[in-house]
Amino acid sequence: MSHVEPASFWTRYVFSRDHKVIGLQYYFTAMAMAVFGGLLALLLRLQISWPERQWPWLEKLMPDAMAGGVMKPEFYLAVVTMHGTIMVFFVISFALLGGFGNYLIPLQIGARDMAFPFLNMLSYWLIVPASLLMLGSFLVTGGAAASGWTAYPPLSAVEQAVPGSGLGQTLWILAMALFIASFTMGGLNYVTTILNMRARGLSMFRLPLTVWTLFISGILGLLAFPPLTAAAIMLLFDREAATSFFLPAGLVFGETVLSHQGGSPLLWQHLFWFLGHPEVYILILPALGIAFDVLAPFVRRPVFGYRSTVYALWVIAALSMVVWGHHMYVSGMNPLLGEVFAVGTLAITVPFTIVVVNLLASLWRGRFRFDTPLLFVLGMMSFIGTGGLGGLFLGNAVSDMYLHATYFVVGHFHFMIGWVTLFGVFAGTYYWFPKICGRRLDERLGKVHFWLSFPSVYVVFLTMHFIGFTGMMRHIYDPTQYEFLKPLAGWNQLVTVAAIVLFLAQIVFLVNIAWSVKWGQKLTEADPWGANTLEWTTPTPPPHGNWPGALPEVHCGPYEYGFGEERQPQAEPAPVRAGEALA
Amino acid sequence: MPVRRAAAWSLACLMLAVLFGGLALALRSWFPPVASAHGAAVQTMLNFTLLATGAFFVAGHLVLAWLIARAARSKPETGGPPARAGWLIGLLPALVMALVAEGGVLVLALPVWARYYGPPPKDALQVEVTGRQFFWVVRYPGTDGLFGRTAPTLISTDNALGLDRTDPDASDDVVLLNEMQLPRDRPARLRLRSTDVIHSFWVPELRVKQNLVPGMSVEIWFTPTRAGEYELACNQICGLGHYRMRGVLNVVEPAAFAGWLKEQSPAGS
Repeated sequence: MSHVEPASFWTRYVFSRDHKVIGLQYYFTAMAMAVFGGLLALLLRLQISWPERQWPWLEKLMPDAMAGGVMKPEFYLAVVTMHGTIMVFFVISFALLGGFGNYLIPLQIGARDMAFPFLNMLSYWLIVPASLLMLGSFLVTGGAAASGWTAYPPLSAVEQAVPGSGLGQTLWILAMALFIASFTMGGLNYVTTILNMRARGLSMFRLPLTVWTLFISGILGLLAFPPLTAAAIMLLFDREAATSFFLPAGLVFGETVLSHQGGSPLLWQHLFWFLGHPEVYILILPALGIAFDVLAPFVRRPVFGYRSTVYALWVIAALSMVVWGHHMYVSGMNPLLGEVFAVGTLAITVPFTIVVVNLLASLWRGRFRFDTPLLFVLGMMSFIGTGGLGGLFLGNAVSDMYLHATYFVVGHFHFMIGWVTLFGVFAGTYYWFPKICGRRLDERLGKVHFWLSFPSVYVVFLTMHFIGFTGMMRHIYDPTQYEFLKPLAGWNQLVTVAAIVLFLAQIVFLVNIAWSVKWGQKLTEADPWGANTLEWTTPTPPPHGNWPGALPEVHCGPYEYGFGEERQPQAEPAPVRAGEALA
Repeated sequence: MPVRRAAAWSLACLMLAVLFGGLALALRSWFPPVASAHGAAVQTMLNFTLLATGAFFVAGHLVLAWLIARAARSKPETGGPPARAGWLIGLLPALVMALVAEGGVLVLALPVWARYYGPPPKDALQVEVTGRQFFWVVRYPGTDGLFGRTAPTLISTDNALGLDRTDPDASDDVVLLNEMQLPRDRPARLRLRSTDVIHSFWVPELRVKQNLVPGMSVEIWFTPTRAGEYELACNQICGLGHYRMRGVLNVVEPAAFAGWLKEQSPAGS
């Protein structure tokens, strides 16, 4: 591997092969996409909550989509679709896996860089056109894709079905293809690097849990994405080449009978959800890993149940690959499959409970340091509990029959892959920001960020669970069309107000980052948190190649904390204390 | 340290606030009343799960609040090596969760699911519902009990179903748009189809939800048990008019239903 320092502006900051630069590129792209995705969410909340109202200032910004100050239904569907697509793939995945994954893995395993630096650079530069395609699709004729983030055919396959199914849906497919290619490159890099490039003495069971979760997510991604790639190609062919993978005979639009025949819309759903379900675990696992990594130094205790957590994570990952059908209970698939998938899905509650209990037990007898990183981990634990419990309703076919595609589902997944993951991003940011730039994020702004965000998430997304109990459907442009939804108007308005507060709280976070990079409190010591993992032993910020001299050697596990301020950094030779086993 | 105490207590209170907020929401009545026979079993499943998850939610947040509040004091003996045999602490909650979650599925849910998707009773009333962008086409087979042939090529503005009027079975078919009537306490067997995109038949009170998939004919059955007027909503994103794809289902006394059906003019003539 080359240790030559990159020379020009372009090779240092733009087409860099340094995992740290690439990680930051991913992270800031994620933040930009998050602002856009969040604004989309606010737009659709305004429409749901006040369907008859006119918004003249929005008309000025978007004269076509908001003609007369009223949102067009086709624009609403595009907003909903793109909000979901952008948040799942272009925010959470970018920030947690692309951002933290790239930045941290080599540093936490004692390597100079990833196994494939050029591939790494390529993986980032694929998502730039992917992101631009997604954003640009709003501007083409017919607007952005409008078939939901799940893009079920025939709605997504037939151009006449909805305006977004013209060029917008094609661009969506192309952007997703680029994203999947990028993600595959990343997965190859992470798995190979973690398996092959760990420092001497760093056995797998001495890895920080951040690395473990990124490793498992990487494997999951490599296994789960290919069927979606195949499905995307098939959808493109159905759209552009008159094939019939997903389209049966006899489809009528207007008074035109389409010429497709022999395809099945359910095939798409199986292929999509075969990825779709593992995908949510790919997203949440690294957040859990970061939680453990932050928890240990902030309560000055070893993580409780490190090994059982690792085993439980593997069981979760394995089970996650065989339960995709719980997204399809009312799809029309063979009901027997519903029974099988329900049994498998509810089995996941067991290892998941073990992980949650281990998180809680890690707090026992801890000496807490109530700084911002810990606040976000504690908040995350509350979200995992509440959101995770909602899974019991949805994994069970009989209760899901009622709750499928209602706001219960929306509340559930926003807790899990929205705010558990984002709180993981925040905890990780407040925690590792000093490592990245030698300054601390402002603590007061951080606390404002937490105290505004945490209650708002509950008001917005727990309320949605109950709105779902009343039966409110997803993707509904105007709920007042239904008598049974009218009593929910006040609740929907409350949710929207809280959502605005939640969005503004994230602006506080972004302002904190922008300000602290330049004027944040400078570090007085290399390791402000007293953590033990390897990334804290490099200079700050870490140079190209991470360690100027020799790579560190590892002598113990990542969470060796004793009484008082006692701790055993991984890179220090450890005097073994009597009666105490090494991790 | 006063800062630590303030932080610990305020966070613990925050968790308790979440607990009470969640309980307040859960204790309110959100579900519409059950209006079908199997719906009672579906509601039992929902209630059981709400109770169980509610208990876990309360317990979990009490534990979290307590663990945080304990941190208000900082005793010198905090810290130290991990507890031995710690895995047992995770085992008990995991076993309870397995019993509740998996037990709930195996004991409560599977029999309901099997029955709901099992063969309908012999005396079930046959109705067909076809979803189209953006309306519901409801068809009764008439006195011959047979649905007439339909063909996509025959669909037009005055033939929403593409009914083949030359087919003798079609002559007594009754076709309605966005409205449906069913007799109370008689099983209804629905044949669900679509001519364009995936729609979803959703009547909350009946606890019935089923996707209508082009190229497939999906059958469900249920027995309405309460007379009344119910709204039928499309529950699967289906395009521009998804939000207004609304139908009305009237459940009436059997005699009233028979009278009403007689009054409808057949579409096949």
